[in-house]
Amino acid sequence: MEYVIISTGFALMLLGLWGILSQKNLIKIILGFTIFDTGINIVMVSIGYVRGKAAPILDVINPAEAADKIVDPVPQALVLTSIVIGLGVTSLMLVYAMNLHREKNSLDINNFKDLKW
Amino acid sequence: MIKKILIIGLLAVVGLIFFDLFNAYQGNETLSKTANYYAENGAKDVGAANLVTAIVVTYRGLDTLGEVTILFLAAAIISFALKFRKEDFIPNRPVRVTSELLDSASQVIVPIIFMVGIYIFINGHLTPGGGFQGGAVIASGVLLMIMSNPNFGVSHKVIATVESISGIAFVLIGVLGIILAGGFLDNTILPLGKLGDLFSAGVIPVIYTFVGLKVGAELSNIIGTISHAQNEKN
Repeated sequence: MEYVIISTGFALMLLGLWGILSQKNLIKIILGFTIFDTGINIVMVSIGYVRGKAAPILDVINPAEAADKIVDPVPQALVLTSIVIGLGVTSLMLVYAMNLHREKNSLDINNFKDLKW
Repeated sequence: MIKKILIIGLLAVVGLIFFDLFNAYQGNETLSKTANYYAENGAKDVGAANLVTAIVVTYRGLDTLGEVTILFLAAAIISFALKFRKEDFIPNRPVRVTSELLDSASQVIVPIIFMVGIYIFINGHLTPGGGFQGGAVIASGVLLMIMSNPNFGVSHKVIATVESISGIAFVLIGVLGIILAGGFLDNTILPLGKLGDLFSAGVIPVIYTFVGLKVGAELSNIIGTISHAQNEKN
């Protein structure tokens, strides 16, 4: 099962990278970034998976034998941080896209050549 | 043409790296050493039934403070980037009439969404969830309010007050940990209580309530700023 999940994560990362590189619309490029983000999060969570164990919440699990019954909580805490930072980065990118649209009235990346050499 | 070949080549190289990583991955049968420590001592030291919360708020509490700061910075930069002059502001921009369904449904659903958000961050130490998730749910309620009435303005005064009070309270609780207990953001300044009770895990529910209010205010501020920026005259 964990192989399916981790390969889904890698596939999403490749899909996001393809979107970032090949799309022309700024919004679609930002969507590519969020798909890439999701892929990384899935890979990180699946690395912390331990075969046949439950979520790290001790409501029915006895705390004394928790070490044998739960999956790794550290990657999950890390992914929680990563999702929040990803949200901040996405909203910043969207706002920059809004500002670029305000400047040139277009979202096509080919119309922005100011920094192209 | 050459661009397409370059893109495909780059994707192939990255895919090869991923394939290598995937081949080296073998799955786990046991916990790593760090996770083992958290699993064995988490319930005893911190008293939170949700070990992820124990790690996020207490063991790595300083990282969470940094995370909240990054979110605050993002909200501040967005407000700065979307600034425009007062003369360009149109108070009631023409919008399409909201459908009756969305209008009435939002009045029923928004209070329930707020309640669910508050439930999620108050129970962050017992169930999957916590301050960030609850805050995001609250902000989605604000988003629904803006969707049903596009000229709805999010009050900056309320948001600034909620955000600064909860941010200061988070840091003050952390400093109280240095004075009364073992160190910065130590949660044992309140009694740990019984594992699984609402009033347990020391100061974690209090911290997560402030984090939830702060994140909710920040995300609502981002949504409100973006919605407000559309009132600019072209």
